[in-house]
Amino acid sequence: MSGCHDCSSGCASAAILDRSASAQHTVAIVGPPNSGKSTLFNRLTGLRQKVANFPGVTVEQRTGRARVSGREVELIDLPGLYSLEPRSEDERVACDVLRGRMKGVPKPDAILLILDATNLGRHLVLAAPVLALGIPTLVILNMADDLRRRGGRVDVEALARQLGAPVALVSATKGEGLETVLEFLSGTFGVPAPVELPVLHDVPRCRQWAGRVGERASYHPPAPPLWTRRLDAVLLHPVAGPAIFGLVVLTVFQSIFSWARPLMDAVQGLVLASGSWVERLLPESPLRALLVEGVWGGVGSVVVFLPQILLLFLFIGVLEDSGYLARAALIADRTMARVGLQGKSFIPLLSAYACAVPAILATRTIENKRDRIATILIAPFMTCSARLPVYTLIIAAFLPERPLVGPFLGTRAAALLGLYLLGFLAAVATARVLKSSILKSERTPFLLEMPPYRWPTIQSLGLRLLDRSKIFLRRAGTVILMVGVALWILAHLPLEDGRPVPIERSVAGTLGRAIEPVIEPLGFNWKIGIGLITSLAAREVIVGTLGTIYGMEGDARSVGLQAALRQDLTPGGAVALLVFFAFAMQCVSTIAVVRRETAGWKWPALQFLYMGSLAYAGAFLAHHLVNWWTGA
Amino acid sequence: MQLSRNKLPEPAAHPARRRLTDLREGEQAILEQLELPEDFARRLMELGFLPGSRITAARSAPGGDPRVYQVDGSEIALRAETASRLRIRPARDGS
Repeated sequence: MSGCHDCSSGCASAAILDRSASAQHTVAIVGPPNSGKSTLFNRLTGLRQKVANFPGVTVEQRTGRARVSGREVELIDLPGLYSLEPRSEDERVACDVLRGRMKGVPKPDAILLILDATNLGRHLVLAAPVLALGIPTLVILNMADDLRRRGGRVDVEALARQLGAPVALVSATKGEGLETVLEFLSGTFGVPAPVELPVLHDVPRCRQWAGRVGERASYHPPAPPLWTRRLDAVLLHPVAGPAIFGLVVLTVFQSIFSWARPLMDAVQGLVLASGSWVERLLPESPLRALLVEGVWGGVGSVVVFLPQILLLFLFIGVLEDSGYLARAALIADRTMARVGLQGKSFIPLLSAYACAVPAILATRTIENKRDRIATILIAPFMTCSARLPVYTLIIAAFLPERPLVGPFLGTRAAALLGLYLLGFLAAVATARVLKSSILKSERTPFLLEMPPYRWPTIQSLGLRLLDRSKIFLRRAGTVILMVGVALWILAHLPLEDGRPVPIERSVAGTLGRAIEPVIEPLGFNWKIGIGLITSLAAREVIVGTLGTIYGMEGDARSVGLQAALRQDLTPGGAVALLVFFAFAMQCVSTIAVVRRETAGWKWPALQFLYMGSLAYAGAFLAHHLVNWWTGA
Repeated sequence: MQLSRNKLPEPAAHPARRRLTDLREGEQAILEQLELPEDFARRLMELGFLPGSRITAARSAPGGDPRVYQVDGSEIALRAETASRLRIRPARDGS
């Protein structure tokens, strides 16, 4: 056991010794969209995943490790494929990996080809080109439980004989039949030897071949999914459909305020308790002040928003995994078409509500270059979760909660909804301008598969939330922590007679006051100005920054962040700040990813300037309108 | 009802040469021809829209566009501008 340093108690030591650690295998998971690839991937790898930082649609390459009887297997979850003749960028990536043409990714030693057992006729078509690659392949027929329940069946052994490759009937959601998959991964890989293969480039022939193979394997397709039809009768009803769509959106917003509150209070309590514990533990010193004001004040005031962000991701996860998102895209397609975009832009834009970065990566599924760039350019207008802490802080500070539409919608949720709408309208208007000028193109055809409705699994939702928490906390522990500490130091320098000057005359204060003339027309003072500068790194940093600044002002700390804000901002300034954050592109990660995806500085620079000017103009207008309205 | 009002001259001459958009919800037909650029026709064929296959019109977005079509065991939504370029002939049984 000497060479085995990270062997957990469960692994079989004998297997480790004969298959040395160097024999690591790369296995690709391949399959059509909606065949359950990601669910299987989650099942096999669990928490040992390297999700390329972002959850959401599987466009980025996700890798994970599975340990099967001692053998380490590196699994790659490839984007969904209909054939090995790619039409979009993410399909091209998948094909390149399979053919060993992807830089930095070894050619897979084996393939797990995952197909939907309830729709084998069509899905088997993909088996032809995959088996023809000559890579050892396990054909996995997923959704075995669905197949059985709806009265379908298939002779697995006969199918294996036809394909010349092992076949497993599994249910990835239920974890049924996975032992066959593990057995395959731990065994010796054999090259597939199908009885016959069709001419690969001829789709009708391939489909006929799939039909023949299915017939010889006594495949009986299941009855149509009754529940999906019933649900669609309601959810795609001409009147009820859009109404339910609206209701779903309202519920999400209302619950972000009301359901998350107890959890947020709990986190807040924890932050306060641990902060005062540190304060009691350490003797009075600059270090203690740095910890309490810089770290706890800065990081703590951002961490409080974790429950809200998780709730948002829980909703997005449920909508996506259940299959409702495809229906929502269908309902929204007309609106998208009106601004000149296609329905396919809808899914990236929807995931931009979580974060613009995965959304911009998800635009790779859009085949048309100009449509893709237009979608990238408008994605940061969608209200990402980093804006949520800023929005909820300011709304809660300035707007009293009152019921607006019975118990369903309160004033605060309505204000939040309004801000989401504002971002959406800015996106739509921008798209319209772009698509009728510099990014004009022929309308690209649209097609969207409607998957049957499924219960989201706890595991896949849990993994999403865990993933999101990790990203959020990592950001809080790095970017926000560093900004907090740097800001605290800058706010205490220079020293006069060994004592820090008042914050107004410190380096940070001087910086804030330097830009004060520029932001004064928007109703912002120098403290907000410091927040605007630091929030260029990431939007939520402003909350931490204000937490640090007010933390240093002894009396402000006692009244809390909300009350301190009320002393510093007029209602007009508050609305202006909200509008500014709705429009401005304050996110280094987004700028970096746009530069990478558009291969140059042209588009991100244009985008930053455009969004910045819009933010300034919008905030200016909002400030003066509100002042005029309130007579201030 | 709306169909006949919109295109009076054409269907009279070629009663068999109908388009997929002519199907109302619940109606079936056999796909005859895809009058689309090759690569896009290919993608549709990969999804089951093969000449000779049976297609059923299902639900649609409000306003009737895009519409979901049941074909080869799946449900695929197409915009009218695409569906109108798929030629169909009546299915022998059913409607």
